[in-house]
This record gives sequence, C-alpha cells and structure tokens, in this order.
Amino acid sequence: MTTTRSEVTYTPTFTDGDEFRLPTFKLLQQDGTLYDGAEAPDLDRDKALRIYRAMLFTRVLDERMMAAQRQGRLSFYMQCTGEEAAVIGSTAALDDADMIMAQYREQGALAYRGFTTDEFMNQLFGNEQDYGKGRQMPIHYGSAKLHYMTISSPLATQIPQAVGYAYGQKLAGEKHCTITYFGEGAASEGDFHAALNMATVHKVPVIFFCRNNGYAISTPTIEQFAADGVAPRAFGYKMQVIRVDGNDVLAVHEATRIARRMVVENNSPVLIEAMTYRLAAHSSSDDPSGYRSRKEEEAWREKDPILRMRHWLQDREWWSEDDEKALQESLRREVLETMKRAEKRQPPALETLVSDVYDVITPALAEQLEQLKAHIRKYPEAYPKSAGRGKGGA
Amino acid sequence: MAKMNMLQAINNALDIAMAADEGVLCFGEDVGEFGGVFRATSNLQQKYGKTRCFNTPLVEQGIIGFANGLAAQGSIPVAEIQFADYIFPAFDQIVNETAKFRYRSGNLFNVGGLTIRAPYGGGISGGHYHSQSPEAYFAHTPGLKVVVPRNPHQAKGLLLGSIRDQNPVLFFEPKRLYRASTGEVPESDYQLPLGEAEVIKEGDDITVLGWGAQMEVIERTVELAEKEGISCEVIDLRTILPWDVETVAESVLKTGRLVVTHEAPLTGGFAGEIAAAIQTRCFLYLESPIVRVTGLDTPFPLTLEKEYMPDHLKIFEAIKASIEF
Repeated sequence: MTTTRSEVTYTPTFTDGDEFRLPTFKLLQQDGTLYDGAEAPDLDRDKALRIYRAMLFTRVLDERMMAAQRQGRLSFYMQCTGEEAAVIGSTAALDDADMIMAQYREQGALAYRGFTTDEFMNQLFGNEQDYGKGRQMPIHYGSAKLHYMTISSPLATQIPQAVGYAYGQKLAGEKHCTITYFGEGAASEGDFHAALNMATVHKVPVIFFCRNNGYAISTPTIEQFAADGVAPRAFGYKMQVIRVDGNDVLAVHEATRIARRMVVENNSPVLIEAMTYRLAAHSSSDDPSGYRSRKEEEAWREKDPILRMRHWLQDREWWSEDDEKALQESLRREVLETMKRAEKRQPPALETLVSDVYDVITPALAEQLEQLKAHIRKYPEAYPKSAGRGKGGA
Repeated sequence: MAKMNMLQAINNALDIAMAADEGVLCFGEDVGEFGGVFRATSNLQQKYGKTRCFNTPLVEQGIIGFANGLAAQGSIPVAEIQFADYIFPAFDQIVNETAKFRYRSGNLFNVGGLTIRAPYGGGISGGHYHSQSPEAYFAHTPGLKVVVPRNPHQAKGLLLGSIRDQNPVLFFEPKRLYRASTGEVPESDYQLPLGEAEVIKEGDDITVLGWGAQMEVIERTVELAEKEGISCEVIDLRTILPWDVETVAESVLKTGRLVVTHEAPLTGGFAGEIAAAIQTRCFLYLESPIVRVTGLDTPFPLTLEKEYMPDHLKIFEAIKASIEF
C-alpha cells in the first residue's frame, strides 16, 4: 500500500536533497529586452496594456494611500510596491472567473480584474458603501462579482480553503481553478503544509503562488527556513513546481499560463515561487530601517518591475513617454478625488454591528442592539458615528 | 419507524442528506471505505462514490480549512473530526475563519453549508484525550451554532437540521450513547429545529437542565427525586449556541429553582452562562441559588472517571439541597 518506489541499499546513505537545485525562470531583462535564448511570450498588446495600467494604478494607489495614512486620514495601509509584476502578471494569466484567495498584499489582482477606485476607497475608509460594512481594517477587500475572496488577517488560512474551493469547482465540472497567494513567511504555517498535501492527494485544480519577497515583517528568509526557498517543499508532496523571477512580468505570466493549463486540464496542482522583494515597509505600522540597509533596498529598486515592463512596452512601441505622463497624472487625480468623496461618506448603520453574524439576527442580538441604542440615546456625544442618525441610528 | 441506535440514526441522516442533495459531501479521517472509526459513515462511499465520501490526510486544520473553502464555493460539506479532543488544531480555522466568514465579508461570502461532526464526552474509559466536552470554547464564538443530540431520534432530526441550516454548525455527538442509546426513529426525512430547547417532562418544584449524554443521567436522577416527592421539570437545551433562554426562563419562573449539569469542567463551563442569564431574568422568582453540577476543574481523568463524572447521585444531592435551601 505504500507509495514509496524505493530501491534497496546496503549502505546507510543520507541526503538533504541539495542535488535538487531549482533554476529561476526569466524572460525579460531590466532594459526591456529579452534574454538571449528566451522566447517571446504569448501576450497581445491589449492584454499587455491592461496589465501595465493595473500595475501603475497599484503603485499610484499605494503611494497616495500611504501618504493619506501619514496624514492621519487613514488608520492603516499595506503596499504592494515591488511585487506588482508577481501579483498582476499571474492574475492576468488566469481566466477572469477563476477564484482568487489572496493573503493581503494583492490589491493589484483586484485592480486588474476591474475593482473601481471607488470600491477600493469605500473599503479603506470603512464607510456605508464598503461591501464589508466597515468591519475589517483597511486593505481587507473582497468582491464576489470579481471572484476575489474577502481577505482575512490570519496567515495561511486561505491556503487549505483554496484547496476546498477548487475541489468544489472540479466536482461542479467547471473549467475553472483557484489561485491562492501567500508570502514565504506564511508558508511556515501548518495550514500551508496541510493544503499542499491535500491538493496532490485529492488532485485539485489549484495554483499555490508564493510571493517570496524576502521578509516576514522584519524576519529575513535566512531566519525563516534553511532550505533553498519554498519551492523544494513541493517535491515532498509530489507537486509540480516552478521558480520564477517575480519582477519579470513576462516570466510570471508565462509560468502561470502554463500552470493554469496543467491544473484545469489535468487536475495537477502547481506551486509557483516568485522571487521578488517587498520594497515598502510591511505595513504603515512598520519601519524597515531597523532591520535592513538602504543599500539593499536600492539594489532592488534597480530591478523595479514596473520600469522593466515599461521598457519592454516602449521597445515594442506600444507605449510612449507621453502615454506614461498622461496615465500617471490621470491616475493621481482620480485617486485623490475619489478619496475625498469616500472619506466624507457616512459610516455603516448601527444595525450592521449585529447583522451577518448569522443569516438572520438572533433574538439575543436584537436585544443587545436595542440596549445599545437606548444607551447611545442617553450619551449621544460619546458615539458621534451613530447618534442622531435616522435609519439605523440610535 | 425503525429501531436504531444513535450511530445508525446518524448514518441514516447522512445517507438521506447525500441522496437529497448532490452538493453534500462527507469526509474526514477514516470515513471513506472503512466508514469511520465508529462506523457513522458506513457504506456512504460505496453508495455515493469516492468523490463525495472520502478519507482525508490526518490533519484537522487541513480538513476544516478544506471544508471552509468547499462551503464558500457552494458545496455542503459534512466534515468529521474523529474525536472532539482533536478539534484543536482546527481551532483557528473554526474560530477565525468559519465563524467570521459571513460577517467579515459583509455577506458577500459565507460558509453556511458547513457542518462539523465530532464525537464528544466521557464514560468510555477514554482518559484525557478521548473524553472531553469542548462546547464552551465554541459557545464563546459568535457566528457558530453548537448542537448536541440526546438520543437517536434527536440525532437524526438535528443532524439533518444542521446540514440544511444556513449557518456553520458544530455537531457534537455523545459517543457513550452511540450504541447504548436505541429507540424508534422515523425512516423518513425530517428535521428538528436548531436554537430551540425541549421540555421533556413537566414538573413544578425544580427545573433540571442539560444536553447530550447528560440527559440520560438526568432521567435516572429524576426517578430518584420523584420517589422523594420532588416534581422535576426536565429540559434538553439541544442547541448550546444560540441558546433558547426563553424556554429556560419560562420554566424557572414557574419552578423557582434551577440545576444545570454538564460533563465539562465547572469554571468557564456553559452552565455559568446559563446561570448568569437566568438570574438576570428570574431574580425575584428564585427560591434558591442556581446550582451547577459538572465535572471537576481538572483534566479528564481515567481510573477515577466515575468519581469525576456529574452522575445521578451528585445531581440528586444538588436537587435536594436546592429544595431544602
């Protein structure tokens, strides 16, 4: 019953698996030209520009919202900066109806799928138009219509969930898959290992996409694992695996495109490890100067994935300096104006405090809400977000 | 009607649920061809195939993570955790994910189709790790429902009700009664309501409240008490979360006395929540303090299990003390 097809040996030989060194798949050089021997990928102009616009939007959004956080207009923020090619290049290689179960730094995937600036802002400000009804911290986006599962803060919980979701897609006979994103730090959680094992045992159409960005908050990869990255773990689960340059949008797209074919056509799950770098802080509450050098950051800034893609687009004459200037200006204006509107919107109604705990409001919750309303009526100045509002107010 | 033990009733409920809806899946450790270590999933794989009833790797957090994803996708997973004592590796998936899925997404997504089955409780010489009653941990988590049946008829109806409920349900099965409890069970498809306690026996002097395997112990106690001329009203809570405070309060307003019993330890046990809520509602009607008869504040023991358990004699003494207060 064992699956081990092991030959017999009469000498005790140990191995740490170091003979299985994984190469890194690359196509695009920083100057926008392909590596010698690299084949031009299957990517048309419209799609390339859709990817590029989403990357630039994400960069502009991140810069503007980080500044807003520093001004005290926003409680918290997390940037995707430096990882735009990894996130958007992979999402772009999927069908738009494939499920995305992300960690929290994948706003670029949503931007690519068409989440509007207004939808981003409503979540960030937790106003009454936020789909999540102001219940979660900024950046915990979700969209049912764009097949993007609402983010939850606990790390790696989404990975076995992606396996279950994909199993359901397979049973339903859909020709769709699920992709789950996570960092190299989250890959240390038990849920990661549980998920990879279950995925190959049950032959599930799922892509595990690891953003190896060098740091889990302050912890560098050298203190996260002794092995050569995350990718070699796939061998232990007999899973297909590829390592890719995460700042190379063409390589990421190509690897994910082929992976998608493998998972959808053969139910053969795939692990992709994208080697990249978190150029920004972990979050608005973090300061990287305490744990890494400016020199290291500068070296990675030289490998900026957006600049690399722009060089390629310009090289093909699909993009110009004027296009760039116009898009940057219009994105900045749109983000700023949309933010101003969103931050003025009302907070969610008081009833949303007790709805959606269950499918209906239980008697106990209805009673607690009535008690709370009576209390707010007594001390309205202490609860300015709810006091004196008509519908849903106290 | 057919005579069934609790395992047969549970197996029958799963069979009916799988036949009625193709979306229903049963999985967990050893639940496939073997039919589960207690045989609750017997013949389901043979009947519905390996894609709908299957073994999983031995990883509770993986089982529940997988189940959460399936439920979010629209399937109706019935995941088995082999013993409630082993549910804790999945605690994060249940408390942080299952329970909050609907709320945190503003109802964009939910895992309402999910049911988690797990055998719980003592009385089988199971020691620390095959005896625990973890309901109170989960009762502290808004978004979950926690259901415990007392006999085969209840088990079938409540399990079908749980599988079809639009919220995630933890269904704790009293394994001491798996084969010990038998009774007449309708062969048809029927559901019993969640969130509703049941007054099993009306009485005037004192209310005795429990759930699951304790209901059998309460039954023995009541025989003793009635011989002494004490009229007991007996209530099976059935759903621990959200619990039916109205039915319990109504009874206590009538009797003026309440004994609550569970196997789990005293401190932080669910009896404490019931006592607090009932004294708030019934304060001026109470004739004596609300009494809790529970396990001790120790890990679940082995050789001295009988001493640990809140048996009929301990409940009987509590009833007498309450009456004589």
